Order: sequence, then structure tokens, then C-alpha cells
Amino acid sequence: MKVEVRVYPREGILDPQGKAIAAALVRLGHVSVEGVRAGKVFFLDVTGEDKSKVEAEARRMAEELLANTVIEGYDVRVL
Amino acid sequence: MKFSIVVFPGSNCERDCEHVARELLGCETEYVWHAETDLKGADVVIIPGGFAYGDYLRAGALARFSPVMESVGRFAKAGGPVLGICNGFQVLLEAGLLPGAMRVNRGLRYVCRDVHMRVESRDTPFTRLFDEGSVVRMPIGHMEGNYTAPQSTLDELEREGRVIFRYSDESGAITDSGNPNGADRGIAGICNRERNVVGLMPHPDRCSEALLGNDAGLKMFQSAVQTPASR
Repeated sequence: MKVEVRVYPREGILDPQGKAIAAALVRLGHVSVEGVRAGKVFFLDVTGEDKSKVEAEARRMAEELLANTVIEGYDVRVL
Repeated sequence: MKFSIVVFPGSNCERDCEHVARELLGCETEYVWHAETDLKGADVVIIPGGFAYGDYLRAGALARFSPVMESVGRFAKAGGPVLGICNGFQVLLEAGLLPGAMRVNRGLRYVCRDVHMRVESRDTPFTRLFDEGSVVRMPIGHMEGNYTAPQSTLDELEREGRVIFRYSDESGAITDSGNPNGADRGIAGICNRERNVVGLMPHPDRCSEALLGNDAGLKMFQSAVQTPASR
């Protein structure tokens, strides 16, 4: 199964990278941009039949390694 | 007195630490490869700077799963003094031996220069020989040193006197311009509740002899030598 895990700075956590990207977009003329948060996406290939089990396991992967939950949030999508 | 220095693939300051402990202080030293679990009779454990596992995923994130880290965790739990320098500090955060996390520097750049810090607490095995409130100059070299933690954790660190070093100006004033990376409350170094595990972003190992123009860092190693083994 294909699983997508998105990891991103938590709301309210200063994200210098997102801030810099937002400023660059505005400089390019995209003045409608009010904010950017920059994160990562992990595309996992996982064996398994049961979608909810795979999703639960991917959540554990995010908690244990993929995200640092002090500063990052995550979401999981089984495709 | 033996310093055991943990070496991950990508560590690059282990020799600096060894030089200080062995050549300058006459202590025994051992390198402990990350795949080993025997700390070789360590009195003090140092996690040196560098780029463990290439900083893949997040700085320190993969190093925490190395076999040696279980031994370091046990050593710390038993009261053994552990010092994490720079990347070593990041490893201790990811391993949960110290609270909080590192963000990328607010300037989005690798910063490599001398900084000033105020010594906030001498009550650790690595800061006993400093005067509280004194100002020390040490070099930094990092991309992710922008320390953060939940407000409640920051308040707890302050309340318990666990902020050990704080970025300052030359006079010891805590100013925004003295803060090289944007760290919350100017935090440069902290300790755990038991005070035996210390992490800091600046490099005492790179400023431990007059020949290099600065020996402010030597006191951290000397402090550890003079601390009676508390285990």
C-alpha cells in the first residue's frame, strides 16, 4: 500500500524557512501570500491489506521518528 | 579519570575532545563507536559535534537509534555526567535525555563565529569552575541551533535553574543582537532535572588552549575532572 505522511511545523511555531519563502513569493509579485509553512512529505510503500492497521502503524512511525512532535505536526493518508 | 567519546558516522569533533581530555588534562580517553554498547569504564561521556548520520531527517534524529545510545541513557540514569556539544546536544534532545527541540537558525544560514554567553548556573558537573553571571566567549558552528520548547517546559527550565548558558552581549546583557540563532529566551545550553546531563551549542572543545587564542572552554572539561564521581 502507498502511504503519504506529511510533516510540518506546528501552528504557532516559528518557521524561519516558511517565512523566507513567503517573503520571496511576495517579492516575486504574489502579493496575496499571507503566510507559508514549509514541511516534508514521506511516500511510504508498506505491505498490508487492512487500511486502518496500515494507517495506525504509519501514525506510530510519525510519532516515533518522522516527526519531532515538540515542534512538528503530521498527518497520514493511505492511498 | 576516563572520558569516553561517542563516535557516530559523521561525527567530526571527537579528536578535539580527545585532545583536550588526554593531552591538556592528562586523562584517559576512549572512543566508543556508535554500534558498540560498552562505554569502556567511562567516568564522563561526551557526545561530540559533527553531522551524525549526515543530519538526515533532522539533526540528531537517527543517531538516537544507535546501540550506544541505550548505554548512554543507562549511564545518564545512573547519574553519570554526559556532555553533548553542538550536534551532540541535538542528539541528546532527539533521544529525550534533554527537553526541547532545535529549529533551523532564524537567519536560515549556517552560523560560524564566536559568541558570548552568560553562565547562568555552575551547578552541573561541567560548570562548577565558572562564576555565575560571568561572560564567556566560545565559537559556534551550526545551522540548527534555534532552541525551542513548549512554554511550560521553558518556564520549568527557568524555575529549576536548568538554563546553564544564555547568549549575551560582551557585557553579559541578554540582547536580541547577541542571540546568533533565535533560540527561545537566548538559551545556549541546558541540563536535565538531575543536572548530570548537559547540552550546549557552542564548542568548548574548540577553545580550550591559549595557543588557539581562547581557552574559555577548558573549564568545562576541568570541571568534570574535579567533580567527585557521584555514582
